[in-house]
Amino acid sequence: MSLHEVFRDCAAQRRAALIGYLPAGFPTVPDSVELFRAMVRGDGDTAGCDVVEIGLPYSDPVMDGPTIQTASGEALRNGFRVRQLFDIVSTVAETGAAPVVMTYWNPVHHYGPDAFARDLAAAGGLGVITPDLVPDEADEWLAAARQHRLDRIFLVAPSSTERRLAMTAGAGSGFLYAASVMGVTGARDSVSGSARELVRRTRAHTELPVGVGLGVRTAEHAAEVAQFADGVIVGSAFVERARQDGAAGVAEFAADLGRGVRRNSTSIP
Amino acid sequence: MTARDSDTARRAATPGEATPDGHDPDPGGHFGSYGGRFMPEALIAAQDELADEYEKARNDPEFVAELERLLRDYAGRPSPLTEAERFGAHAGGARVFLKREDLNHTGSHKINNVLGQALLVKRMGKRRVIAETGAGQHGVATATACALLDLDCVVYMGATDTERQALNVARMRLLGAEVRPVDTGSATLKDAINEALRDWVANVADTHYLLGTAAGAHPFPLMVRNLHRIIGEESREQVLRHTGGLPDAVVACVGGGSNAIGIFHGFIDDPGVRLVGMEAGGHGLDSGEHGAALTSGTPGTLHGARSYLLQDEDGQIAEAYSISAGLDYPGVGPEHAWLADTGRAEYRAVTDDEAMHAFRLLSRTEGIIPAIESAHALAGALRLGAELGPEAVLVVNLSGRGDKDMDTAAQYFGLVPEAGITGEDQR
Ligand SMILES: Cc1ncc(COP(=O)(O)O)c(C=O)c1O
Repeated sequence: MSLHEVFRDCAAQRRAALIGYLPAGFPTVPDSVELFRAMVRGDGDTAGCDVVEIGLPYSDPVMDGPTIQTASGEALRNGFRVRQLFDIVSTVAETGAAPVVMTYWNPVHHYGPDAFARDLAAAGGLGVITPDLVPDEADEWLAAARQHRLDRIFLVAPSSTERRLAMTAGAGSGFLYAASVMGVTGARDSVSGSARELVRRTRAHTELPVGVGLGVRTAEHAAEVAQFADGVIVGSAFVERARQDGAAGVAEFAADLGRGVRRNSTSIP
Repeated sequence: MTARDSDTARRAATPGEATPDGHDPDPGGHFGSYGGRFMPEALIAAQDELADEYEKARNDPEFVAELERLLRDYAGRPSPLTEAERFGAHAGGARVFLKREDLNHTGSHKINNVLGQALLVKRMGKRRVIAETGAGQHGVATATACALLDLDCVVYMGATDTERQALNVARMRLLGAEVRPVDTGSATLKDAINEALRDWVANVADTHYLLGTAAGAHPFPLMVRNLHRIIGEESREQVLRHTGGLPDAVVACVGGGSNAIGIFHGFIDDPGVRLVGMEAGGHGLDSGEHGAALTSGTPGTLHGARSYLLQDEDGQIAEAYSISAGLDYPGVGPEHAWLADTGRAEYRAVTDDEAMHAFRLLSRTEGIIPAIESAHALAGALRLGAELGPEAVLVVNLSGRGDKDMDTAAQYFGLVPEAGITGEDQR
C-alpha cells in the first residue's frame, strides 16, 4: 500500500490517519521491533498506527527535544548501526502498517542518497521525512527518491512564507508534515492554535494530505487535531510511554490515540 | 592583477561594506558544493530575513560608519602588526609578523564579528541574543556587545568547557549574560551550537542567533567572513608598509574558521601569498583524538552547511578533541572546504604538544602570551619558517591572548606544583 492509499482509506472512513514515531534501536534493536509491532497492533478493540515513523538515531538531533534526544542517544550507545534500519523497516512493513523513515540529512548523505533510497525501498519503506533538508537543497535526494519510488516528506512551519509553502508542497509527496509550533519535538500540554492556521494555509497550496506533529500527547489532542488535519503525528509521548510501560503500554496508548482519531469520524458532515 | 592594483582596489574597502570580490557564494550560499542551508524549515524565514537585512546594512553608509566607529573607539582597531624577531629566530630565521588581534577589546578577534552582528540585531528590532561559545571568547565578546547595546544575552556553553574556562564564565556573568551549561552529547562546542539552534527555533521571532564563527547556514559564513575581513585588509597594508612587499605566507588557526577566513581574504587575490590554516591535531591524527576536519575529515552536513567534518562510518558526528576549547569542533566553515578543494589555501594539523611548545616560546621570546588557539598558528609558523628559510616573510594571525588559558598552561607545564590554581578550586 502507498501513503496515498493509506490517507485515501482513512479519508473514506472520515478520519485522520494516526502516525506514530519511535527511534529505531531504542532501547535495543529487538526491543524496538517489539515496540513498533505494539504501536501498530493497538488493543483488541481498536487498531493502532496507520503509518509508522521509524527514526534514525543521530548524534546531533537539533530538531528534537530532550525526550527523543535521550532515546536516540540510548539507541546509539547500545550499538545501533544504520544498516540495521532496513531490517526494522521490513518487520514494520510485515505488520501491514506503512513504514516511513525520519532522518537527519547527514547519515543519508554519508550512506549515499541513491543507495539509501534503494535499500529503503527494497525493505518496504515508503518514504522519508527530512527535518533538516529543505527542497532548496534536495535535488540529489529528489532524484534518488523518484528513482526508487519513495515519497519525499518535507516539513512546513508556522514561519513558512506562502512562497515557501507552495514550493515545499510542490516538491513533496505522500504527505506534508506540519510542525505545529515553533520549537523542537516534545510532548506539550496543549495543541498549539497555530496548527490549525498552518494546515489551512498549507491546504491552499496543495491536495497532499497534511499531518500535524509536535506536541500531541493525549487521545484528546489527537481527536482535536483530527478535526482539521489528515494525519496526527505522535512521537515524544510514545517514547515516554515505552519507557514507562514497555510494549504493552505502547499498544494500549496506540489504541487510545486510535480511538481519538476516530472519535469525530461520524460527526464530520 | 598585480600586487599594486589589488592594493588600491582594497584600500577603498571599509569594514562590513559590500565589496564583491569574486569570492562570494551563490545566492543560496554555496561555495562550490559546500555551504548552503541544511536547516529546519522553521528557521529558513529567519535566515532569509537576516540575509536581506545584512545586504541592506552593508550597503548603508550609516551602518558602515557606526560599525567603523565602534571598531575604532570601542574595540581599539586597527590592531598593530608586530615583528617577532626573537621568535622568528626559531622559525628558520624567517621574518615573522604577528597580527595583534589579542590586543582588541575582550582579547580576541571575536569582537569584530560580534559588534557587526549586534548592530544588525538592533536594526532588525530584536531584543534577545543567543550565542554558543567554546573557549568562552565568543561568549565574552557577545556578552560585551549586548551590555553595550542593551540587549538580553544567553550563552550556551558545553559543560566540559565551563570547567576548562571557568574564568570566562565568570566574565560573561559579570557582563550580565546568562550562561547555560550544556551537558548533552560531548558537552563541548558542537553541543552548545545544537542547544542554541533549539532555542532559536522556539524563539526566532524576537531572538537573533549570534553565531561566533564562519560556519553554519547561509548567510553566516559570508557575513562572519566579511566582518573579519578587516583583519586581512589591515594586515596587508601593514606588511606592505613594514617590508615593502607581500608575505610568502599568511598563517592562522582554524576552529570554525573565522579568524583564518578574515585574514586570508586580505590576500586571497595575491596568488603569490600562500594561505595556510592550522587545525587542532590534538594527540595526533593517528590517535583519532583531534579537531582536524579539513586535514582528516570527509564532506557532510553539520549545523546548517555542507563542509568537511569528523564523522564515523554511519555519518554520526564524531567528538572532536583539542587542548584548546576554541578548536575543539568536528566541523569547519564551508568556504575553507572550498579553498581546500581548489587548492587556494592549504591546511595542516599541529598537535597539542607542538602548540604548547609555541605557546611557551612566544611568551619567552616576545613577552606575549597567546591564546592556545593562536599558538597552533604559531606552531605552523615555526614549521613553515623551517621549510622556507631566512628569506621568508610570514604573517601570523595572533587571534587572541592567553589569559583565559593560564589554568591549562599551569597544569600542562606544571607551573604551580601545588596545583593551587586548578579549575576545581576556582569554582
Ligand atoms: C582566540 C581564538 N582564536 C581562534 C578561535 C577559533 O575560532 P575561529 O576558527 O572561528 O577563528 C577561537 C575560538 O574560540 C579563539 O577564542
